[in-house]
Amino acid sequence: MSYLSLEINKEGSNVSLNFFGEFTIYQVNSYQSQIDKINLNAINELSINFLELNYLDSAASIFIHNLSMQLKKQKIKVDLICANKDILDILSLVENYKKKTTYIPTIKTFNIIEKIGKNTLDNFFGFLSFMAFLGKLFINKIKYLSNIKNIRYKEIFFEINESGIKAFWIISLTSFLIGVVVAYQSSFQLKIYGANIFIVDMLGISILRELAPLITAIVIAGRSGSAFTAQIGSMKITQELDAMKTMGFDPYIFLVLPRIIALMIVMPILIFIADIMGIMGGMLVANLDLGITSELFLDRFNETIAVKHFFIGIIKGPFFAFLIASIGIYRGLKVKDDTQSIGLNTTKSVVESIFAVIVCDAIFSIAFINLGI
Amino acid sequence: MMKTLIEVRDIITIFDKKIVHDGLSLSINKGEIYGLLGPSGCGKTTLLREMVMLQNFDSGSINIMGHELDNIKHSEAQKLRQNWGVLFQSGALFSPLSIAENIALPLIEYTDLSQVMIKEIVEYKISIVGLKPEDAHLFPSQISGGMKKKAALARSLSMDPQLLFLDEPTSGLDPISAREFDSLILKLRKLLNLTIVIVSHDLQSIYDTLDRVAVIDNKKIVYEGSLDNIKSINSEFIQTFFAGKF
Repeated sequence: MSYLSLEINKEGSNVSLNFFGEFTIYQVNSYQSQIDKINLNAINELSINFLELNYLDSAASIFIHNLSMQLKKQKIKVDLICANKDILDILSLVENYKKKTTYIPTIKTFNIIEKIGKNTLDNFFGFLSFMAFLGKLFINKIKYLSNIKNIRYKEIFFEINESGIKAFWIISLTSFLIGVVVAYQSSFQLKIYGANIFIVDMLGISILRELAPLITAIVIAGRSGSAFTAQIGSMKITQELDAMKTMGFDPYIFLVLPRIIALMIVMPILIFIADIMGIMGGMLVANLDLGITSELFLDRFNETIAVKHFFIGIIKGPFFAFLIASIGIYRGLKVKDDTQSIGLNTTKSVVESIFAVIVCDAIFSIAFINLGI
Repeated sequence: MMKTLIEVRDIITIFDKKIVHDGLSLSINKGEIYGLLGPSGCGKTTLLREMVMLQNFDSGSINIMGHELDNIKHSEAQKLRQNWGVLFQSGALFSPLSIAENIALPLIEYTDLSQVMIKEIVEYKISIVGLKPEDAHLFPSQISGGMKKKAALARSLSMDPQLLFLDEPTSGLDPISAREFDSLILKLRKLLNLTIVIVSHDLQSIYDTLDRVAVIDNKKIVYEGSLDNIKSINSEFIQTFFAGKF
């Protein structure tokens, strides 16, 4: 192997850089620091000796080029001693292209106020485009429902199976556990006051009215909302949506409405299941921890929990379902022609639909309380 | 006397302040294979997308088979869509459906044909594009690029269209499959009396298949006509692109 090094000889005001072996991209940094140590102010002539050098790569030649340009600026005479034709060629190549290259323009960066303004405007337009989507959806819904023949039962049942029936176990399990947790936490407090039996009132109202619809909506948003975005987004990337349009199949009728309708049908049913499982979880804890038998629990439940609480929970279902499905699909249609976009829009779809569900739930709470229900 | 099937007049397209087309006009006659050529990014595919109503243009007019695409009625647009077939660059077969189901889909949606009849039509279309009958039940993810294009072509032919749009049909195919595809297109034109609009970069395929071409360069049409006297045109794209031939 050839021996690589840089020797710096200083004789008065003359400095010579003697390169040995190869000078490549891996040596640039260490040679740079060696050269930096020379006090350039004290010299007026510098010679670069390539006689012992057998290979120079393009990074190193750019380095040599920049070095000699810098020295020339400081009025230091640069001598290049070189007999190797290959090295001279590569140096002159760099010199020629350096003359031609223009700087890559740096992208204009925005300051924080500009960024805030830009984001606000983007979000505003995003909101407008979501409204445009809802408008289009509404028109299509009218067109769709005006003719009974248009209804695509096959797609609707397929989606009911995909996002409803297949979600049965996960929703059962989550709501059962939520029932257990809530009952366990509150039983500890209730025991202090000896108010054991009130666990029934507490669980009944909180699970039927709030917890079951919310938990179901959150699971469905994570499960089906994200799936809708990814499915429709990838169909957009593979031009399947374009193909549908050119064949005269309106994506709204074939893809969008069946999903929304299926989810709106299936959501109340899932909430009902979540109600049952949540109460069962609570009942188990009440039995084990507070000694309330299931007969007693159900008797008390029958007495104190009005049926309106159940219906309030169920009625939220279609609204939540509409929000989740329409946001999921809207995000899918927003996917652009790059792979990053699917991930980004799926994340956004889940976050936005959970947010929208919670906002919707808050509106329901206020409305129901003001209505005295 | 040739009948004009597509008439494009003074199309202007602007994307975010960037002008893509600045007054394009061209006309495509019935029965010809017409090529849209030009350097990448010149807006050939955009023009094709405008013709098939996937994208709006900012001014000008496009008339296809007597229908003005500007403010076309929904029912007329639907009729037009059943009268043309579009082959996308990647095929764009519907991924949850098998090849046979993909081809059958327009037939199921638009006609009241019996299952048996649909099956026969599908078999016929599969054989006409040169696919094997046993490929019919494969899914788009299980087949090669060349087969995808053939299957997508079969799908676009399923309603017996008069007009076929092909977006870079030979891109991504090996030279043998590409030549096969070219002869398939020529054969289909003869068999089905099709008018075909092709966006292409493939020089061999351009010489083998096209009757007339339009060259888009610098937002304008720099040449429209047959390939025979294209070399006389003073355009950098034409001079470099066609330099090797003739």
